[in-house]
Amino acid sequence: MEQPIFSSISVGESIPPLTIGPIDRTQLALFAGASGDHNPIHLDDDKARQGGLPGTIVHGMLNMAFLGRLLTQWVPQQQIRRFSSRFVGMAFPGDEITCLGTVASCDASAGENCVTLELVAQNQSGEVLLKGLATICLT
Amino acid sequence: MREELIGKRYEPFTAQVDKWRLRFFARTIGETNPACFDEVAAHKAGYRSLLAPLTLPFSLAMDFDQSLLVLKDLGADLTRTVHGEQSFTRFAEIFAGDVITGQQEITDIFEKKGGALLFAVTRTRIDNQIEEHVCDMDTTIVIRQQLS
Repeated sequence: MEQPIFSSISVGESIPPLTIGPIDRTQLALFAGASGDHNPIHLDDDKARQGGLPGTIVHGMLNMAFLGRLLTQWVPQQQIRRFSSRFVGMAFPGDEITCLGTVASCDASAGENCVTLELVAQNQSGEVLLKGLATICLT
Repeated sequence: MREELIGKRYEPFTAQVDKWRLRFFARTIGETNPACFDEVAAHKAGYRSLLAPLTLPFSLAMDFDQSLLVLKDLGADLTRTVHGEQSFTRFAEIFAGDVITGQQEITDIFEKKGGALLFAVTRTRIDNQIEEHVCDMDTTIVIRQQLS
């Protein structure tokens, strides 16, 4: 992996995107097992509807894991100092998820070369599912 | 009053980071880093064992029902609950074979939209067996309340 270098990064530039999917129910069942999140809204249409949802929804933390992969395909994981997201939209089985990152700021003032990325995960219609931020230190 | 729960600290939990589980998690999220799957690759990268993906610590806390404990204290129904926000402030990595300790605290509780939405914010601190502070996880849970 060719690693990004702080001096060559500029505000506004995009990091390589990542597209996942389409997500199927099998992946949701496997993620429920692997993640320990057994909430029936991700597994059982009937129970999801009882809770007022249109049907089963993708785990927010699965989408966040995809955003994490966007970062770790760009830099080694230990360079990621902070990673956050807001779950602003719901993804459903059949959706394709695209993860995008844009450099929002570069800061070398604290003795480390850090960049802040604005992150978005969106579905195939461009509807935003997650909005995130990451602070990454580069050499 | 629900606001009285602000500051509540839950019992610490201790989790073994299992290789099988770490690989299973990495595979289901589609991770491609060989250091998450192959110990030779992990050692070559300078890691003591398989590297845990970024968001695995949330699941280690999930195993000990950390969010469910908060929902129970709030008297909330799981099917009317969504995850609002999540952050990881990271200081060290987690590897297979680690024994991590976590402790959750409720840091905020508030309502929006005239009580239609109840927000609970928690912070879970994770430490490892070599006394490194691994990460802090901030979680916002949103509960859609039925207004009477």
